[in-house]
Amino acid sequence: MRLERGILLFVAILALASCKPPRRAEGRDPSRGPSTLTIKGSDTMVMLAQRQAEAFMEKNPGVSVQVTGGGSGTGIAALINGTTEIATASRPMKASEKAQVEERRGRPAVEHAVALDGIAIYVHESNPVPHLTLDQIKRIYEGRIRDWSEVGGSPGRITLYSRENSSGTYAYFKEAVLEDEDFDPRTQPLPGTAAVVNAIARDPRGIGFGGIAYGGGVRALPVKKDESSEAVVPSLETVTAGTYPISRKLFMYTAGEPTGLAAQFLEFALSPEGQQLAEKAGYYPLRPTNRE
Amino acid sequence: MEGVPSESLREGFGGLETASSRAVAATPDPAGSRLRRRKAIDRAARWIITLIASTAIAAVALIFLFLAREAFPILTSAAVHEEVTLGKMIFPQPWREGEPAYYAWQPVSKVPKYSLLPLLVGTFKVALIALIFAVPVAVLGAVFTSELAPRRVREIVKPAVELLAGIPSVVLGFFVLMVLATHLQDLFGLQYRLNTIVAGIGLGLTIVPVIFTLSEDALTAVPQRYREAAFALGASRTRTAWSVVLPAASPGIFAAIVLGFGRAMGETMIVLMASGNAAILSWDPTLPVRTVPATIAAEMGEVVVGGPHWTVLFVLGVLLLLLTIGFNGLSGWYVRRLRQRLGGTS
Repeated sequence: MRLERGILLFVAILALASCKPPRRAEGRDPSRGPSTLTIKGSDTMVMLAQRQAEAFMEKNPGVSVQVTGGGSGTGIAALINGTTEIATASRPMKASEKAQVEERRGRPAVEHAVALDGIAIYVHESNPVPHLTLDQIKRIYEGRIRDWSEVGGSPGRITLYSRENSSGTYAYFKEAVLEDEDFDPRTQPLPGTAAVVNAIARDPRGIGFGGIAYGGGVRALPVKKDESSEAVVPSLETVTAGTYPISRKLFMYTAGEPTGLAAQFLEFALSPEGQQLAEKAGYYPLRPTNRE
Repeated sequence: MEGVPSESLREGFGGLETASSRAVAATPDPAGSRLRRRKAIDRAARWIITLIASTAIAAVALIFLFLAREAFPILTSAAVHEEVTLGKMIFPQPWREGEPAYYAWQPVSKVPKYSLLPLLVGTFKVALIALIFAVPVAVLGAVFTSELAPRRVREIVKPAVELLAGIPSVVLGFFVLMVLATHLQDLFGLQYRLNTIVAGIGLGLTIVPVIFTLSEDALTAVPQRYREAAFALGASRTRTAWSVVLPAASPGIFAAIVLGFGRAMGETMIVLMASGNAAILSWDPTLPVRTVPATIAAEMGEVVVGGPHWTVLFVLGVLLLLLTIGFNGLSGWYVRRLRQRLGGTS
């Protein structure tokens, strides 16, 4: 009937209108706001970038630096789309992502290592296990070792915690510890290191991993690279010296060599002052700073 | 949104009056042209109302179109097929050397694995537990408030249950995650603190008000003469409620339960917080569980726009929408049949 035809027509018109693809914003004009800088990416690095941004804004009045998280992939996607000047990432950019930056922005992605981070292995504070080797951790997360008694603990089924698969920590752990094997399906992914620590503090049989900056109710296990090497406690010294086996570099990426505000900010981030701020925020400077 | 249509309607009718009065003054043959104008205005008004009425339908249709457009590359795109096909999502995949093929959900991997089965089973498992928890509470509560409770009690209980619907699900989730999970684990000595039961109870809390309110409406709608007839035969209040009113209202209650089930399947925040989110293919309610909506929420933020993972998440979205629409349609059809069979007017 007429009424039904009316409804159909209306829906059809709306459908047609929606078909025009509203695809992705154009690359941001770098001169858009000479006094605004956006930094987006890794959740692990939000604190780092935020502290540095605060100090940077204090030194350069009239400048505004916006720091947002979302994850390394989100930041890199934003760099590809041109919605951020600097992308922070807790993992190196993949070749496919680099190609996309070059294709969409017309300039190659430039990598700037800005700090170091280590992944600590957390267990409940009452857990008697003295240390674990990388191989043992791998087998635990693959589900091949299922009981704490197999690695020198008191009997009890191991509960596995990890980070959500959208986090850089997850990707880094999977690559560095699991050697790209898959996690046991029983692994429970959690949305942040704080959530992992919180979960393990309530679970005497739990094991999890995350940034080193966190703590409380849990113990960071010393890790051995292999059976014959020494067990290393995650700490500032062991991460910067490179002896702690699960440590990584943290990056900031720009499309092309940084210019203007982005260049100034990166220079500040790598300056002794910027590095000290990184350390205060719970990360590790690229080189041990001279501390009196 | 609602202000606009009523205003335009008023304008339409205002126009009618002034136009017709002017018509009387100006034309020698007022009756014919007045009729024509009236008809035109009538048509315009009907169009406007049609337009407004179809907005809701259009919204659903457009959401579906949008989801389908983003999910479509799963069928056509070669780039997506390098990582995942519908077949790979349905059938078990080889996953580790020396181990049998398995339904794995590991989208970030050297060989990404996107098995739907653990997520679908998980979604149903949680929603079922939510129902097991919520249906007795909500339906018995509804019978109590509508049939048995003195008016003063009813006036407290009803708003209180409805208030439960107003609690943000993230607050419920937080409570379940921090308090309830620990108590349940201590009580039953469970291996996993966050598991299907914990998430199911949290979900149950959100659907109790849905089922309660709709069941209460269904019970109240049962004609008074049914009760009077039962009382006249000497049945007690409880007996009447249980044997007469409840069966008469059963189509409505059934519809309420199915609607609650749909809500439970789509609810995101509580399961995201309290379920443990591990994609295990099992019906064991003491294991953690990963549901379809929680997966979309957890993973959407980080995927490459237009990539295989993105496409798969939209496939999940389409699936979820179809499931909920299917359940609602099924319940509508079944309720109509039930009503015909009962011949009731409820």
